[in-house]
Amino acid sequence: MKKIPVSSCHGLAAGRRQRWRNLRDRLARHGIALGGLGVLMAIVLIFFYLAWVIYPLFVPASIERSDGYIRPMAALGPSLALAIEEQNRIGMRLTRDGSMVFFRVSDGRVVRRERLPLPKGRRIVAVAESDPATRVLAVGLDDGHVIIVRHDYRADYSARRKDANGRMLAVIRPQLVWPAGRRPLLLDERGARITQLAVQADDEGLSVVGLTADGRLVMVSAELDEGVMEEDAELTRANLKMRVPVDFMLLDKERRFLYLASRDGRLWQFDVSDREAIEPGQRLRLTGSGERLTALRFLAGDVSLMAGTSHGRVTQWFNVRDKGNRERLRRIREFRAGEGAVLYLQAEPARKGFVTVTGDGRLTMFHATAQRQVLQRRIAVRPPLRLAISPRHNGLLIEDARGMRFWRVDNEHPEVSWSSIWGKVWYEGYQKPAYVWQSSSASNDFEPKFSLTPLVFGTLKAAFYAMLFAIPLAIMGAIYTAYFMSPKMRRLVKPTIEIMEALPTVILGFLAGLWLAPAIERNLPGVFALLLLLPLAVLVFGWFWHRLPSHIRHRVPDGWQAALVIPVIAITVWAAIGVSQPLENALFDGDMRHWLKDALGLDFDQRNAMVVGFAMGFAVIPTIFSIAEDAIFSVPKSLSFGSLALGATPWQTLTRVVLLTASPGIFSAVMMGLGRAVGETMIVLMATGNTPVMDMNIFEGMRTLSANIAVEMPESEVASTHFRVLFLAAFVLFVFTFLFNTLAEIVRQRLRRKYSAL
Amino acid sequence: MKHDFSQWIRSGQPWVWLNAAAVGASLIMVVGLLGLIAVRGLGHFWPTAVHELSFTGKDGRTRRIIAEIRERETITATRLRESGVEVPAGVESVERMLLKTGNRDILGSDFRWLLARRISGDRTPATLTVLERYEWGNFYGYLKNVKQHGKVVAEGDMAWPALLSRIERVTALHTRIRRIEKHDIGAINYRLERLRLRERQLQLDGNTDPAPRREIAAERQKLKARFAGLRRQLADLNRRIQRDSLVMEIMDGRQVEIPLAKVVRAYRPNAMSLPQKLGHYFGKLWEFVSDDPREANTEGGIFPAIFGTVTMVMLMALLVTPFGVVAAVYLHEYARQGFVTRMIRIAVNNLAGVPSIVYGVFGLGFFVYFLGGVIDDLWFQAAKPSPTFKTPGLLWASLTLALMTVPVVIVATEEGLSRIPRAVREGSLALGATKWETLWKTVLPMASPAMMTGLILAIARAAGEVAPLMLVGVVKLAPSLPIDGNFPFVHLDRKFMHLGFHIYDVGFQSPNVEAARPLVYATALLLVMVIVVLNLSAIMVRNRLREKYRALEH
Repeated sequence: MKKIPVSSCHGLAAGRRQRWRNLRDRLARHGIALGGLGVLMAIVLIFFYLAWVIYPLFVPASIERSDGYIRPMAALGPSLALAIEEQNRIGMRLTRDGSMVFFRVSDGRVVRRERLPLPKGRRIVAVAESDPATRVLAVGLDDGHVIIVRHDYRADYSARRKDANGRMLAVIRPQLVWPAGRRPLLLDERGARITQLAVQADDEGLSVVGLTADGRLVMVSAELDEGVMEEDAELTRANLKMRVPVDFMLLDKERRFLYLASRDGRLWQFDVSDREAIEPGQRLRLTGSGERLTALRFLAGDVSLMAGTSHGRVTQWFNVRDKGNRERLRRIREFRAGEGAVLYLQAEPARKGFVTVTGDGRLTMFHATAQRQVLQRRIAVRPPLRLAISPRHNGLLIEDARGMRFWRVDNEHPEVSWSSIWGKVWYEGYQKPAYVWQSSSASNDFEPKFSLTPLVFGTLKAAFYAMLFAIPLAIMGAIYTAYFMSPKMRRLVKPTIEIMEALPTVILGFLAGLWLAPAIERNLPGVFALLLLLPLAVLVFGWFWHRLPSHIRHRVPDGWQAALVIPVIAITVWAAIGVSQPLENALFDGDMRHWLKDALGLDFDQRNAMVVGFAMGFAVIPTIFSIAEDAIFSVPKSLSFGSLALGATPWQTLTRVVLLTASPGIFSAVMMGLGRAVGETMIVLMATGNTPVMDMNIFEGMRTLSANIAVEMPESEVASTHFRVLFLAAFVLFVFTFLFNTLAEIVRQRLRRKYSAL
Repeated sequence: MKHDFSQWIRSGQPWVWLNAAAVGASLIMVVGLLGLIAVRGLGHFWPTAVHELSFTGKDGRTRRIIAEIRERETITATRLRESGVEVPAGVESVERMLLKTGNRDILGSDFRWLLARRISGDRTPATLTVLERYEWGNFYGYLKNVKQHGKVVAEGDMAWPALLSRIERVTALHTRIRRIEKHDIGAINYRLERLRLRERQLQLDGNTDPAPRREIAAERQKLKARFAGLRRQLADLNRRIQRDSLVMEIMDGRQVEIPLAKVVRAYRPNAMSLPQKLGHYFGKLWEFVSDDPREANTEGGIFPAIFGTVTMVMLMALLVTPFGVVAAVYLHEYARQGFVTRMIRIAVNNLAGVPSIVYGVFGLGFFVYFLGGVIDDLWFQAAKPSPTFKTPGLLWASLTLALMTVPVVIVATEEGLSRIPRAVREGSLALGATKWETLWKTVLPMASPAMMTGLILAIARAAGEVAPLMLVGVVKLAPSLPIDGNFPFVHLDRKFMHLGFHIYDVGFQSPNVEAARPLVYATALLLVMVIVVLNLSAIMVRNRLREKYRALEH
């Protein structure tokens, strides 16, 4: 032992050393506290970060108006058509004298004015706008001619200007394209005045429909080559007599259906898909009694009709196939826009939202699928009114008698509402309301279906079948291991189960998908036979063992039954597989899958809930086993000894004393297992077909929340609604498992305190 | 007897047996699963016999088929009839075989089923030759001759030795080509890219000094000259490698000429002796763990995946150990024990149970898009618009997994700390040591095996985890390793390959799952072995620890 120099204890150096030691101690204290709390903060951060990402889903939309009115070329009178380009910098209006005026949205300065080639003395009597994505206008004249024009915007970076963030800023140059040539196109061969007009044009074709003053529907169609008609293109014409007052006319962008409607609420549908004829179709009323139709528009995608009435209601209609497989327009849902009449209704260009302005001065934004009023605000408007929505849905241009005003809109996630995420929603093209998850598709007008219900259902279904398999095996195994097993064997079993817990789930999933699923499909009757035979075989073996002469029986020490039954189980498995095919031939006509379909009406997928149940059950068994075994094993021995001493059999002691005492621990084990089964990703990803169906059928697959995140997250656009909804799914999982685990943990800790008291 | 039986029932013995069966079944499942993976994974590399089977076709003519027998199974006749196979009436079960015929480029697919009852003859001729190719999988047939520049140089019995020596030459050439392509040209491209970034940075800084630009231009000139030289070398090697070809006769009698440059190795499994087979086996095994993958990961080795997994896990261990230990020490030694610490403990315990995919989502959102975005804005302006750190990569994957495994380390370390008897601490304090000295010199060393256990368990969990990695960094095929000879040597921003993801990708996303399956088993075996070894060592460390403290307690 080193000798401590006594004298130096009082020296200066020792004092300094002591100070240094104390300093170091304090530093360590603060450093460790900081580090420790930092790690714990990081853990809390997960919760708050997820919440922060999903928070915008629940923020209400807002709009904010710019200062003052702009009046580009106000002398030309109110606009006949109004549009705004996607960067909200240039606006366009069409005026009564045939000028297309392009102006700066910020200050109203005119950047370009183009006159339509109106023949001398002719007047504009009708204007129609196509689907907003194609930006085509049709202008009807009083001699039966139409002018068709498209307004395009080219971004020019050659000026090399930059915005405040250093990003390149383009100069936007408006330009006009003439899909049917500059010369007016003859729509009505008799030259009558046109009162109503509808137009649709895309890259391949163009159709214009007009209603003439003498009550005829006239239609002209042509094929286009990259959006422009060739010189010698052939025009297809069709017409139909139509002697009713028509106030609204709409043509869908597929140019399949034409809708006419009158202010008294009557609607006529025509089929124009055959360009040479206008076929009359359904007729119905859009309004209630005493109500007048005041606005009619398509929702983006041109499948749904939105009808605004004099009572401030907006109803949505689309074609639904009825029992006879005929398409019938049905009223889908209703929105309340305000007290006065719906003065103006405009659909958002690329999603299923719309904006209304009612007579009582309310501007309201809706989302149809989410059945949600996103925003309502009172604005002072003086008709006549016209409204344009920016292609990126972040701006509104509203024109009234006093001029135009730009409104900045912040409305990123209107698709999300309680009903669209958890409820049944009637989607376009569906026969009835349904729970659907379908987040993306190739088409632009796709209606995203963000119902988490089928995913939560799939998650619970997978967890249910996994627990069905795991709970009996794990708890019974735990009981035996903790209470009956010899310590020697226990020392072997526990590490094996720990290894089982550590096996990567990707391997379990891979074996489940590529080995187990085909094996089960091949030996389906054998699997069911095994489930029946196994307990039976074990019991028979147990009885047989009991009857054996005692000198043989006693050669195997107590607590090794588990080792004895292993060969029994192996033989049973082998036998069950052996009888599988004879059984299938004898009972199920050679193919059990068909038999299931024919006799029970159950569909069979190769990768189904049963496979997931086995594979995920395998993953969950060790979790439940370890905790339950721990709980049973740590029941104080004095309790069981007491019971045994009073003459109870070991089994009686177990069920009446030990299990009762350990039951909270077993409950907590099951909760932990459930938490793991709910969050497991790779197994379900690989062992099911990942189709989001809602069906408890054990022979069909499912899609779980976690697998859905794994599949869709990498392709999801950052900050989009889809992205945030996936975060919401993760958040739901987080909260789910956190609750389960906390419950389990609290129960376990209480139990531990109770034991230590005993 | 009857009385005895009812007594047996009442004694609860049947339940004990059923409980025992539950343990037995669990054990069988674990052992069976490990056995299945081991047998299928290890069996893949063994040179199996190639059969020449003759069978009668539907038209009654006898044909021959050259193939490896992959699988035999019996199936009910009804199921076969449903899939469109003709089975005579009255037959209930049929045996069929899955044959690997190879020659995918000629036959269209590698595999076909054949009913066992249609086979009329089965031989395993010693001269049947298997070619392993760089593309299109294996080739089976009889070697006819070997050609050089299109002229036959060896035929008949002489062809085989000639082929072997020529394959050696081609392999040597391949090695050189690969070194130039991957190593030399890769390095030049990397340096050219860095020059471009430097130039861009100068531009962004508004630096108009011509000196650094001249330097860059000179450097670039030099690199381009070297690049041209390497291209010439490559062209020369590629010309030389095209010299030889061989002709094989396949099962329908056609003769097919194959350039030798496409052949990895040739062997005659039916003629091999046991030592030869062993040699072949270990050669293949070595190739598997040391080589790059070929043919969309379905052939060749998995070295990049092993390397990626190890690198990621090591980085994760570096991150997780200090944080986990500090947190545990704080919780156990410094924080006042009370309601708050109990809550924190529950929270930490719970986090071990939070689904891993949630960590992946968090990692993608917070690390990749948020932190990565900040880092790119601060230091990697030059590389924009292509992201450097604002994209999944090695660093983010390690961080995410570190966060995921930190509860494991905390729990294990705390347990270790709580096992240290009070007397040890009090003794140290009584001798005048400060708290920190007690901790640093006495407590932590005693708790170090517990920390080791925690770390090993954390590593084992991280090595097998795939779901979060799919979001924050793994790819099916990474062009370069995350550590290489190019400055700064460790590339934290790179994406990497991973054993677990490799299994998922090859097993489920690959176009030719049947051909890839044995490789997936082999990969799975490797992963399982790594994890079982890690876990067993953790268990052993823990057991030794317990023994040690048991001695201390008394």
